[in-house]
Amino acid sequence: MAKSAVTVTNLHYTYPNTTKEALAGVSLTIQEQDFVAIVGQTGSGKSTLVSLIDGLLQPVSGQLKIAGLTIDASTKADQLSKIHHHVGFVFQFPEQQLFAETVAEDISFGPHNLGWSERKIQEAIDEALMRVGLPLELKTRSPFALSGGQMRRVAIAGVLAMQPGILILDEPTAGLDTQATNELLALIKKLNDNGTTIIMVTHQMEQVARYANRVIAMNEGAIVADTTPQQLFSYPDKLTKLSLTLPASVEIAQFLNNNGAKLENTEPLTLEELANEIVKAMEKNND
Amino acid sequence: MTNKIVFGSYVPVESILHRLDPRIKLIMCIAFVILIFFVNSVLTAVWLFVALSIAIKLSNVGFKQYWQGIKPLFLIILITVAFQILFSSGGKTYWHWGIMAITYDGLINSLIIFYRFIVIITASTVLTATTPTFQIADALAWLMKPLRVIRVPVNQITLMLSIALRFVPTIMDETSKIMKAQRARGMNFNDGSILTRIKHLVPILIPLFVNSFKRAEELATAMEARGYDPNAARTHYRQLLWHARDAWAGIDMMIVTVGLFCIRIFF
Repeated sequence: MAKSAVTVTNLHYTYPNTTKEALAGVSLTIQEQDFVAIVGQTGSGKSTLVSLIDGLLQPVSGQLKIAGLTIDASTKADQLSKIHHHVGFVFQFPEQQLFAETVAEDISFGPHNLGWSERKIQEAIDEALMRVGLPLELKTRSPFALSGGQMRRVAIAGVLAMQPGILILDEPTAGLDTQATNELLALIKKLNDNGTTIIMVTHQMEQVARYANRVIAMNEGAIVADTTPQQLFSYPDKLTKLSLTLPASVEIAQFLNNNGAKLENTEPLTLEELANEIVKAMEKNND
Repeated sequence: MTNKIVFGSYVPVESILHRLDPRIKLIMCIAFVILIFFVNSVLTAVWLFVALSIAIKLSNVGFKQYWQGIKPLFLIILITVAFQILFSSGGKTYWHWGIMAITYDGLINSLIIFYRFIVIITASTVLTATTPTFQIADALAWLMKPLRVIRVPVNQITLMLSIALRFVPTIMDETSKIMKAQRARGMNFNDGSILTRIKHLVPILIPLFVNSFKRAEELATAMEARGYDPNAARTHYRQLLWHARDAWAGIDMMIVTVGLFCIRIFF
């Protein structure tokens, strides 16, 4: 049985000067090396939940256990910031947070803050750049002279350089073209295969279907589903109620099924799986 | 998402001051600030203070919220006052050390400066608390109209002003977003000496500037794409209407002014 990376118990959060609870009693456990997708409408509490997991907000009540640290309403600020040694957070449009004169300087910002030695930092920069697939020559360039896609990779490298065991990504592919999206997702998948726990907020159900081994659906500050993508997609009515869509492969499969083509699996997670299902059904017909 | 009350933010409640025409409010505020410089005695000071207190009472905005507005500036005021006390000369000397001395004139001057600061800030807070920023911009545009005669580009200045005001909340939201992101990268804002704290501003300010310039360029493109011509005659979506109560407010301001000069002359 895998160890749990994040344990959340009955978590409540209300933003200052508001009365409505942004999170109303959330409990969940994320295992090490999980690839968790968090889905839900805007304002459903996804961002609040991941901000709490990264110690950027302090819970109003409830408890979080992250990498051996316990966080609750009475935890001190410096204790909260210790979380950043274990959890990395790639924000939406992370390239908007670049600031340094050179790429290397920007990537080293996080490791510097963690108080690493100069040698360890240099190694971390090189490794992070390699991971995001950027040439080391870029190190001395200004991050503002790069292309949009490259800037995003530099920003992600800045988080990866801190070598987090848990990586949170908030819509990491927003605004990227198809190729850059696929490359980025492949990178995240590879990190996951190498042992990093991934928590990804997304609106793209195709990404959920293809990469996540677990999906958490949120609505109005509460978890309404915590299951596998396959399971979630087998209740299309429930998804519609949450204003979520099915990935194309599942939608086509269910459409075919409802119109007489009997498929064995009506929730194929990728187009390849769907194709296989159709082939299987056709072969059966021919027999 | 931060709903902190900042200096100069509008407080949406119902009051007679909220209903007044922004033009008369702006004129009254400017007139009041000018009057403050005519204060030359305790009695005149009290007179203006009473007038301001009535305005605060009429604004239906709690004293606490005014204090919230002044608080961030309070330290600056105190430092200025301290300098004034320690480094001005004249009159009886009570204490001195090197170039620093506490003198009678210094004390009086610092008291006047303290009074002016507090009253001016409070008076402008009354204006900004009771008037939405776009209305202040409209009022300013109206006040500047005569300057067109001497070829001042009033329309452009007004546009600049309203765009600047429009983006204040956007930029504040963005600041908190960037701060959050840099905190996620292990930055600790409450740590270290003043020098390191100033250094901590760099990772916040640079992205803020870069993004603002980008946004400005996008906005300019969008406006040009929709055919914006800076020299065209403009009409206004929000019309300013003058009511009887606005005239009465102007008369009240005159009473305050006349009262002040009467006190100056006769007492």
